[in-house]
Amino acid sequence: MRLSKRVLTAAIAVTTVALAAPAAMAPANAKTTVKVGLAFDIGGRGDKSFNDSAYAGLVKAQKLLKVVTKTVSATAGGAATEREDKLRLLAQAGYNPIIAVGFLYADSVKKVATEFPKTRFAIIDDASIALPNVSSLVFAEEQGSYLAGVAAAKASKSGKIGYIGGVRIPLLQKFEAGFVAGVKATRKSATVDVKYVSEPPDFTGFADPAKAKVIAKGMTDAGADVIYSAAGGSGKGNFENATEASAAGKPVWTIGVDSDQYLTASAAEKKHMLTSMVKHVDVAVFDMISAFVKGKKVADNLGVGAGITGRRYNLKNNGVGLATSGGYLKKLKIAAAVNAAAAKIKTGVIKVPTVPAA
Amino acid sequence: MSRRFSPQSIALTLAAPLVAAVFGLGISSIALMITHNSPLETFRAMWDYGTQVGSLIEMVNLGAVYYIAALAVALTFKAGLFNIGVESQIRLGALFAAWIGAMFTLPPVLHVFVILVVASLVGAMWAFLPALLKVKRGVSEVISTIMLNSIGSALSAYLLADHFQQLVAGSNNVTTKPLPQSAWVPDLMSWLNRVGIKDVPGGGPYGLVFLAVALGFLYSFIVNRTRFGFDLRASGASPTAASVSGVNPKRMIILAMMLSGAFAGLAMMPVMLGESHAYTLGFRGGVGFTGIAIALLGRNNAVGIAFSSLLFGFLEVSARILELNGIATEIYIIMQGAILLSAVAAYEVVRRYRETLNARALARAGVTA
Repeated sequence: MRLSKRVLTAAIAVTTVALAAPAAMAPANAKTTVKVGLAFDIGGRGDKSFNDSAYAGLVKAQKLLKVVTKTVSATAGGAATEREDKLRLLAQAGYNPIIAVGFLYADSVKKVATEFPKTRFAIIDDASIALPNVSSLVFAEEQGSYLAGVAAAKASKSGKIGYIGGVRIPLLQKFEAGFVAGVKATRKSATVDVKYVSEPPDFTGFADPAKAKVIAKGMTDAGADVIYSAAGGSGKGNFENATEASAAGKPVWTIGVDSDQYLTASAAEKKHMLTSMVKHVDVAVFDMISAFVKGKKVADNLGVGAGITGRRYNLKNNGVGLATSGGYLKKLKIAAAVNAAAAKIKTGVIKVPTVPAA
Repeated sequence: MSRRFSPQSIALTLAAPLVAAVFGLGISSIALMITHNSPLETFRAMWDYGTQVGSLIEMVNLGAVYYIAALAVALTFKAGLFNIGVESQIRLGALFAAWIGAMFTLPPVLHVFVILVVASLVGAMWAFLPALLKVKRGVSEVISTIMLNSIGSALSAYLLADHFQQLVAGSNNVTTKPLPQSAWVPDLMSWLNRVGIKDVPGGGPYGLVFLAVALGFLYSFIVNRTRFGFDLRASGASPTAASVSGVNPKRMIILAMMLSGAFAGLAMMPVMLGESHAYTLGFRGGVGFTGIAIALLGRNNAVGIAFSSLLFGFLEVSARILELNGIATEIYIIMQGAILLSAVAAYEVVRRYRETLNARALARAGVTA
């Protein structure tokens, strides 16, 4: 320690003299407005999908509820304690509520929420923490994916359909299970080619459009004409492939994920984007903040264990569903089939599996 | 040998890391200014946060992990080899240690010992593969260890998902069965309490920080005080000369790689036995690569590596405060990279300067003689 400290002190002394520049840091906010902290996991903003959806909810709250916000994110290859430290720093700085985006935050949220019982926490995609100040916000991704499967089966001419998952983890296999079930229920003879961009512990599959593009190209070469990418930022590769394949005379439909990806796609990509399976992380984030501002909490019993509360977002409460931007579902006359399936899922006539069939 | 401790020599030894740190901070300052941030404020924020008790503890905890990984890399550097596979040796060692360690309960100390042995053996076995390929088929260990990193990562994914996993209701994480309490190593907070340091939220230093220290001594002892260490260094310095003097080069390659793997397997044990108590999807990646950088910065010397590990730990921890000030945390990666690059350059400059001094001294001695 002595050496590194000495080195640092000396170096800081030198650089501070040489490089003293005007301070560019925001002064601490002294008002009593609600300060919302949002913690992204690796990847963070800019994926035009999962994380950006969470951010959209935060921005909406900023505008409509006049809350002050701060975002932090986990660095790639960072220690597990980094997530913990960042949540703790937010809590210490008076941010309340604090929303953790992603299931890898579970251990850290549990620890820090115990330390700060008066601070309200929320975690997306995890329902394992039984603490009164933690809201678990989870989604029925399989239900929305089932509808995407119905749409894919109806839109496909070849009967060959592709599914590209980001990373082979149980969460993404939920998308796969629902999608495959939707395809099979609509068209028995159709086949679904299931591929994942990366295997855990390698989480780059959520941010590797180049690799996703290669996978998508492999699928279209084998005759697939509808490809659903549930892969965060990697989905871009799927959309690019569709543009190129269609230009080469092999028309391909794509299905986006989490956000309504039609809205952020390029003009060329829009022509091939059938729909997106929207997972309303934005709604969950906004609900959470809005409840807090009103002095309430999001604390439905989730039925997964004593003391685990929060909210499950599904078709019934419009937490998941298919986006209609582009209007292709109507043009191809498949909206009716999708709506019929949605009604059956809502009433419980169709039970959608959450794990892929072995 | 008396020259080793002369004031001039000590000054020269300190000059390189000092110059490197100044350069590193200079380059990071430029990066900060490009992104319209004040270097002065940034460094002050990092220093203020980084020197808090909790942050210093975290620095030691991160440093302990890096230290073990870097020692593993340094062992092969000493032998003229390059084990880039430390990353997957760490991972597989930890995965198997978690899986096997959770199968039974044993008396506390014995249980920990068994887990450490498992981690170490698995790491050594995974490092044996590239050594064997090199000895039998002449495959460069650089290439084979890189490839084995990918294979090891895929293998760990498969084993965790299909064989070792235990699902927790409501959780999307995948984890091995948690280790029983007899395998937990308590942190050292109570020791710090005794010297008047109060509890901090993140917990104390990992108990297995001592493992890192012990491995440091072991490394130093093996490399500098044993016949094996001498042969190791000899083959590193000149394989031909070593083999002429009776060192079996194939044996050295296999032993050096396996010993390196044995060290590597232990790298994440402080975290696993001290905090996570299981191998999960959130298991940290990249430690093996950071270890390479730290071994380079520490010049394969047990003490040098210790300082380098703590420096890397310090930068990493202290950068965590930055996002609250609107600066990307990743600035610490620029700092680490800049310090490393400057260090390599500075060491070379100092080495040449030393040679010139030596040559002059020799010339003077020749004149006076």
